[in-house]
Amino acid sequence: MSVSYRLSVLIAGVLFGAGLTLSTMVQPESVLNFLNFDDFGLLLVLGCATGLTMLVYQLAPKAMRRPLLALSFSARPKQALQKTVLGAMLFGIGWGISGVCPAPAVAGLGAGNWPLLWTVLAMFAGAYVQGRWFAR
Amino acid sequence: MDIVTSLFPNGVWHYTLGGLLIGAGVSLLYLTTGLQGGASSLFSSTLSFVSKQSYFQSESNLSSRGWRLIYALGMVLGAALIWQMAGLDIPTTELPAWQLIIGGFIAGFGARLGNGCTSGHGICGMASFDMSSILAVVVFLSTAIVTAQLISEALL
Repeated sequence: MSVSYRLSVLIAGVLFGAGLTLSTMVQPESVLNFLNFDDFGLLLVLGCATGLTMLVYQLAPKAMRRPLLALSFSARPKQALQKTVLGAMLFGIGWGISGVCPAPAVAGLGAGNWPLLWTVLAMFAGAYVQGRWFAR
Repeated sequence: MDIVTSLFPNGVWHYTLGGLLIGAGVSLLYLTTGLQGGASSLFSSTLSFVSKQSYFQSESNLSSRGWRLIYALGMVLGAALIWQMAGLDIPTTELPAWQLIIGGFIAGFGARLGNGCTSGHGICGMASFDMSSILAVVVFLSTAIVTAQLISEALL
């Protein structure tokens, strides 16, 4: 990885983390407020993020032959539908319990929301159990 | 009360700008490196540093663990920067630890089994018009809403 490559990834993460913090998604209470239908802000966040990304994902491969710092645009990973659905069901249950998904768990630490360290550690444990005993 | 205030009692601008910032980050990653920036793979790929298990030592984990860690470091940095520079008030969560731990474990397991979370399937998958990601989003939003509302009922 070249320096400019690393720097691009870092800045992309900075924008992502800043957005999660500004939109209060690093506060589990905000997420739970949406899941309980008290404030639909999460849908607005997801909609704006996805809308902008959609424009870039759809237009960039047509407008440029390759990314600025790499040889090709990566394709979507392929996976068995059954696993995707079962995994999504479980992911939703966990997300509904804690109000924390992976990116806000990590970003929340930068915003001083220390109890999210529990969630980050628990997510590592969950990913370990999945990879150790349930991957293929 | 008009419809906007009833749907968004805390306002809409911080959600809109925040969402656009997230989209800008994911877009920048794609334009420069061609990578799709989901978050949950970070946990599996980082485990490759400590576990010799074959799954964690897979080519995709080994080849992506470097940039995924830098991406995560950026998220922490970006959160700290905007928190300090904009003087945001971010109350520390009052959720009990058991909820953060049990929820985190199940979400971590499920996200890796289903190969994606709110960013991977949600933002990147939907932006790619990937039908299995769109299905995953419908499924996890549904189970999350039911779970959160059942817990709210039980705790009242």
